[in-house]
Amino acid sequence: MSVYLPESMQKLYAKRREEALQLTRRGFIKLTSVAGGGFVLALSLGPTAEKALAQTKTAADSSLNPYVQIRADGRIVLFAKNPEVGQGVKTSLPLIVAEELDADWSQVDVRQSVISAELYGLQLAGGSTSIPMNFDTLRRAGATARAMLVAAAAQTWSVPAAELRTDKGVVRHDKSRRSATYGELAAVAATLPVPAAESVKLKPKSAYRLLGKRVTGVDNEKIVRGEPLFGIDQRVPGMLFATFTKAPAIGGRAVSANLDHVRTMPGVKNAFIVGEIGSPTLFDLSGAPAVLSGVAIVANTTWSAMQAKKALQVQWDESTASHDSWTAAVTEAKRLATQAPQQVLGEAGNVDAAFGESKPVEALYTYHYVSHADLEPQNCTAWFKGDSVEIWAPTQTPQAAVDAIAALVGLPKEKVLLHQLRGGGGFGRRLANDSVCEAVLVSKQAGGIPVKVQWMREDDMGFDYYRAGGFHSLKAAVDKSGKLAAWQNHFITFTMDGKAPVSSGNIDKAEFPASVLANQRMAQSLIPSKIPTGPWRAPGSNVIAFCVQSFLNECSVAAKRDYPDFLVDLMGSPRTLPPDPFGGVFHTGRAVAVIKTAAQRSGWGRKLPAGRALGLAFHFSHQGHFAEVADVSVDANRKVTVHKVWVVADIGPIVNLSSAENQCQGSVVDAISTAMGLKITFENGRVEQTNFHQYPIVRIDKAPEIDVHFLDTDYAPTGCGEPAFPPVAPAIANAIFAATGQRPRTLPFSVEGYSI
Amino acid sequence: MLNLTINGKTHAIGDDVDPKTPLLWVLRDTLNMTGTKYGCGVGQCSACTVHLNGVPIQSCQVPAESAVGQQITTIEGLAAPGATLTAVQQAWIEEDVPQCGYCQAGQIMRATALLARFPKPTDAQIDTEMAANLCRCGTYVRIRKAIHTAAAKVAKTGGAS
Repeated sequence: MSVYLPESMQKLYAKRREEALQLTRRGFIKLTSVAGGGFVLALSLGPTAEKALAQTKTAADSSLNPYVQIRADGRIVLFAKNPEVGQGVKTSLPLIVAEELDADWSQVDVRQSVISAELYGLQLAGGSTSIPMNFDTLRRAGATARAMLVAAAAQTWSVPAAELRTDKGVVRHDKSRRSATYGELAAVAATLPVPAAESVKLKPKSAYRLLGKRVTGVDNEKIVRGEPLFGIDQRVPGMLFATFTKAPAIGGRAVSANLDHVRTMPGVKNAFIVGEIGSPTLFDLSGAPAVLSGVAIVANTTWSAMQAKKALQVQWDESTASHDSWTAAVTEAKRLATQAPQQVLGEAGNVDAAFGESKPVEALYTYHYVSHADLEPQNCTAWFKGDSVEIWAPTQTPQAAVDAIAALVGLPKEKVLLHQLRGGGGFGRRLANDSVCEAVLVSKQAGGIPVKVQWMREDDMGFDYYRAGGFHSLKAAVDKSGKLAAWQNHFITFTMDGKAPVSSGNIDKAEFPASVLANQRMAQSLIPSKIPTGPWRAPGSNVIAFCVQSFLNECSVAAKRDYPDFLVDLMGSPRTLPPDPFGGVFHTGRAVAVIKTAAQRSGWGRKLPAGRALGLAFHFSHQGHFAEVADVSVDANRKVTVHKVWVVADIGPIVNLSSAENQCQGSVVDAISTAMGLKITFENGRVEQTNFHQYPIVRIDKAPEIDVHFLDTDYAPTGCGEPAFPPVAPAIANAIFAATGQRPRTLPFSVEGYSI
Repeated sequence: MLNLTINGKTHAIGDDVDPKTPLLWVLRDTLNMTGTKYGCGVGQCSACTVHLNGVPIQSCQVPAESAVGQQITTIEGLAAPGATLTAVQQAWIEEDVPQCGYCQAGQIMRATALLARFPKPTDAQIDTEMAANLCRCGTYVRIRKAIHTAAAKVAKTGGAS
């Protein structure tokens, strides 16, 4: 597999693949592996898949394959298989099919597909994997359907298929000046055999009409009209509204509550305690059900449930809950940084000898926990019907949700029907299905009625799988020629089991620059913690890039070298480095190209007024090579203004240019918020931030001008939702240093007195 | 019993609804007009922005009873279902502003009010007014651009936004 997936997602991917292979062995479907890690479902569908497919069509429509349906009225329906949470895949994935189908995009209607591993393989919004995992599969789906439409015309007109061409939804025979629309040909095409994969030709990049252009999002009209679209907008006849209240200390359990009083409050229909299920503080994608204990209040409106929530008095058992303290963790990390690391992850050459030859550069970098803060608070509508369950969920992992619910209520997976709804932001938060499990339990305990469980903002911020905080104690040596001679990272992170880092709080032993150095040591120490953590946009990278690119900049200053030159020099000759544990392939030549282009586009080296400077950073993650430059000024009170950010990326060919640019622009703004002011702290196991007044996501007045440039390369296309994020914070930090001689070494910078 | 005038139509709100219920929840849960969004409940994010007599307000902070007798406009009221979109809505599609799209109803409502006050706003005017609305996805660069695009559309047609 050559797609970037965190370990937890790799397990899920392997599970889906195994399930699909089992189906193949049973003869239901043919499965063909393709380059890039996806798989094509051939079109001899088995009865289960046929049934799933049947949910998507009416009698008059012709389904050519799970992605393409041509309706009797000539409209073309393309199915978007993966969850949409703002990353643009509901537009970009069907666009790939449309390109090879040679469809007229204005005749295309996009629909969210059903959840079916048999039809679609892994359905997931995570790891920036939608494009790399599906690009080839979707091109083949489009091209195969096109070939069948051409074959239908050839049969109808009794002419050789080779004499036919397609043109925006029409098959043409130029010799006889005949033409037919796809709609006219679909019924015949659907009766024809599916052509062998080898016989189906894909377009060369030069022939693309749609890919690489700017295409507006397929849901945009519904969004601007305010039509129901998101999880929170779901209504089911007879549905009630519920809140769910958890223990202030994460992991506490409800023992008793003033339920009798709460039940008498206006609009309240029911109130009850829900017990803990599974290991809810442990982020897990395996499909195991997990729910934190709490109190559900079911009412006629969300507001009634909210009012009753305020009157709720609960006796909590916090004996096994978190008692963690961030301030204590910082003290412990500073102590550990002075000690020998608990574990050496990797080592090469002779680090200590290299340190002995010159005065080493040393620094301790710190980053706080952060919350995902999706603007649509977690919610799910569920209806436990006794012998089946129906769910409407804005989840990033619908298949894992189905697994979890089946296990939770003891029903076969076929009895769990999940409707995939648009999510108002994801950023990794909706990879976890805790709110889905909660809603199903509440519906069940309420007596099998449809219920929407709505988290309040305070619940969302207080009960997250946070981006883990952590510390990097870094030491490096620069030799007389100004090159980096040795590198040591004592990484201090948190652990739940005492053995391994918490979810997404780990580092690869070969993380750059260890991967390009002869003398290096990667070591770690662990601090016990019960605070739940999980993937947060560009997991690992979102903090590692800050520490590594800031510290490398410190090394370049010690070496009296210009940072882009120092970085380019460090990359060495153009080559691919050994794949990382996630399958990422770092290419030093691609890195150099984006660094040089970013320097060139930003006018690197030009003179700027006092207190204003450019800073550059590079990071490779999610298969994407990104270099970014920030133009920053800092006043005497450490007030920072980010004037402009340049993003230069190599992610191979671009699918939807508008969406890719939007992801980069959004990543820059997100990273400015996170770098400047966002932090989650906790004392006695209680998260201290409750709402946006304590979690200052930046507003429009702080958004800089953003220049996005993609290198035109022919590498396999890769994702764009995450890799633009990591270089932003170090680019700003390096600019702050260049402007002032002072360097922030803590995320967020507000902790060191900076503001924006 | 409360009578609320929303998008030009009067809605009778039954006695089972507490008159102090924020307008947001009456819209969403009682009237099933879900275009107006819940984001924070404390007047911080403005995802719940609607117009009260043309002025943008945070509907999570306004008790329903205080909106009686006033003209309430929600995102659903900018253009009737199937009818031509306003210049602001069109500009939002042309500039492909949304990522997740969750905040955009509130952004569009505030941008519409902004253009009514400043038909040709400067970036500074846009930033001052629109800073009330949070976009977690960070689409601000496009919001700015779309407001200018909408202003140009209105200027060209000479009509209202």
